[in-house]
Amino acid sequence: MSHRARQLQVSSLARVEGEGALHIKVRDGEVERAELRIYEPPRFFEALLRGRRYTEPPDITARICGICPVAYQTSACTAIEDACGVRIGGPIGDLRRLLYCGEWISSHTLHIYLLHAPDFLGYPDAVALATAHRDLVERGLALKKAGNAILELVGGRAIHPVNVRVGGFYSAPGRDQLDRLAAQLRPALDAAIATVRWVAGFDFPQLELDHEFLAVHHPARYAIEGGTTLRRSAGPAFSVDAFGNHVVEEQVKHSTALHARLDGRPYLTGPLARYTLNHEHLSPLARELAAEAGLGDECRNPFRSIVVRAVETVYAVEEALRLIDEYEPPEPPHEVVPARDGVGHGVSEAPRGLLYHRYGIGADGLVRSATIVPPTSQNQAAIEDDLRRLVAANLDLADEPLTGLCERAIRNYDPCISCSTHFLELTMERQ
Amino acid sequence: MIGVGNEYRRDDGIGPALIAALEDRWLPGVSLIRSDGEPVRLIEDWAGASLAVVVDAVLCEPSSPGEIHQTEVCLQQPDGTKALGTHSHSAGSHSLGIPDALRLARALDRLPHRLIVYAVEAADTSLGTELSAPVAAALPTLTEAVVQILRK
Repeated sequence: MSHRARQLQVSSLARVEGEGALHIKVRDGEVERAELRIYEPPRFFEALLRGRRYTEPPDITARICGICPVAYQTSACTAIEDACGVRIGGPIGDLRRLLYCGEWISSHTLHIYLLHAPDFLGYPDAVALATAHRDLVERGLALKKAGNAILELVGGRAIHPVNVRVGGFYSAPGRDQLDRLAAQLRPALDAAIATVRWVAGFDFPQLELDHEFLAVHHPARYAIEGGTTLRRSAGPAFSVDAFGNHVVEEQVKHSTALHARLDGRPYLTGPLARYTLNHEHLSPLARELAAEAGLGDECRNPFRSIVVRAVETVYAVEEALRLIDEYEPPEPPHEVVPARDGVGHGVSEAPRGLLYHRYGIGADGLVRSATIVPPTSQNQAAIEDDLRRLVAANLDLADEPLTGLCERAIRNYDPCISCSTHFLELTMERQ
Repeated sequence: MIGVGNEYRRDDGIGPALIAALEDRWLPGVSLIRSDGEPVRLIEDWAGASLAVVVDAVLCEPSSPGEIHQTEVCLQQPDGTKALGTHSHSAGSHSLGIPDALRLARALDRLPHRLIVYAVEAADTSLGTELSAPVAAALPTLTEAVVQILRK
């Protein structure tokens, strides 16, 4: 088979959030270009935040994404509180972590069962999977529903929660409401454990990445809703307010999403980074399941991210149960956060990876500047690098299976293109 | 009664706008649900219902904004959902739309007993909270049609 001039094209990538395209150019057996083209129109959130009240970014930025609004609300609240010199902990902090666990359970389960698993089992989509294995998809939907139940109770509703405010919450759930939630979560833990064992049995294509990893780190627990430093795999950790010194976003011609680099190099955030950098803080059960599933001290195969997501789902269910068990309703459910002139930084671990917010606020309580760096734009350069290597290693494949493999590689990252634009289509050119 | 759409994307907000209009009407035994059209949630919302009415905005070509299309989806036939087309371009999450939700619901045996879909042709789905004139003008007609069906 001659590879001198071939062209592959997928007009719209399926099972990813948002719209985009992939363009791959192969000349004389060499991968000349691998571009993830994001053409979803820019949404200008950072600009429209300027001049708004400092209390508004949590609700406005939650609208960036229907899958991970809690991540946006949490990073926004933390950054604004930081600018105002207030640190939230205690029962309000615990309630934030509980809400975030709900989003992890819901988002991870959606990706594992409906978007990612069909790739490993040879089904074109979740409907075909459900037709062949109804019980499996039922289990996934029940697990997702448990996550949604947390979002609905603590957040007020499952999409774009309305109960979150700067300083905490508008109202805190009662003890009895959380007891009913716990009763729903206990069977979800069994479903989550079964999910790890199920995905651990999949066949994983060989691919090991050497990108640097970056994740939020907390000295006492697996970082979800926040942390104290940013930990990296090839260098010393740095403080959250130093994010801008290390991570620089640049514009690229082929994408409306900015590409971020860590000290000049592509890097990765998300499940692989979190697991590798923070797995010592997983619960004993989650660590045991990870070991049983064949995850070692680090995980560098992006196809195995489905296993990490499953382990993190177990952890999130356990954490939710623990937080409910120890719950004392905070009174009042929020702290007073008076506006002051300042700049604040906030990070949290969205299901897809690190989400950074920075706000400059005036003494008048108006937002002067806003910077939002979502996980998918941080991961974009690394995804393109994976694709380049994957295509180079599989040039003997015919166009169709090679295209399929590229699409799978992209879904490994559960990319949220809507978030990163600030839309996917695949073009493959072989010359 | 499920109103699908995003009230911050002008005509895409026809579903939620209809739910708001129905809140003042006497509709015993009817649940009024605002939805972003996420398939799993749609399935949970309509599973087991004797009748589900779903209202959503559609983009058509050629377009006649404000025109109302009503389809009763034939649920007894495996390919009955083809009336809605096999391809959807929803603005929603992860490239699944109402037709996908129907196929998934069938595989999981979570369809309602009857399903009626109203699709209203949109003129403008840009950022904003107001319906365009032709879609706003269609709202009273749509409301009365839906009330008739729900009261039967």
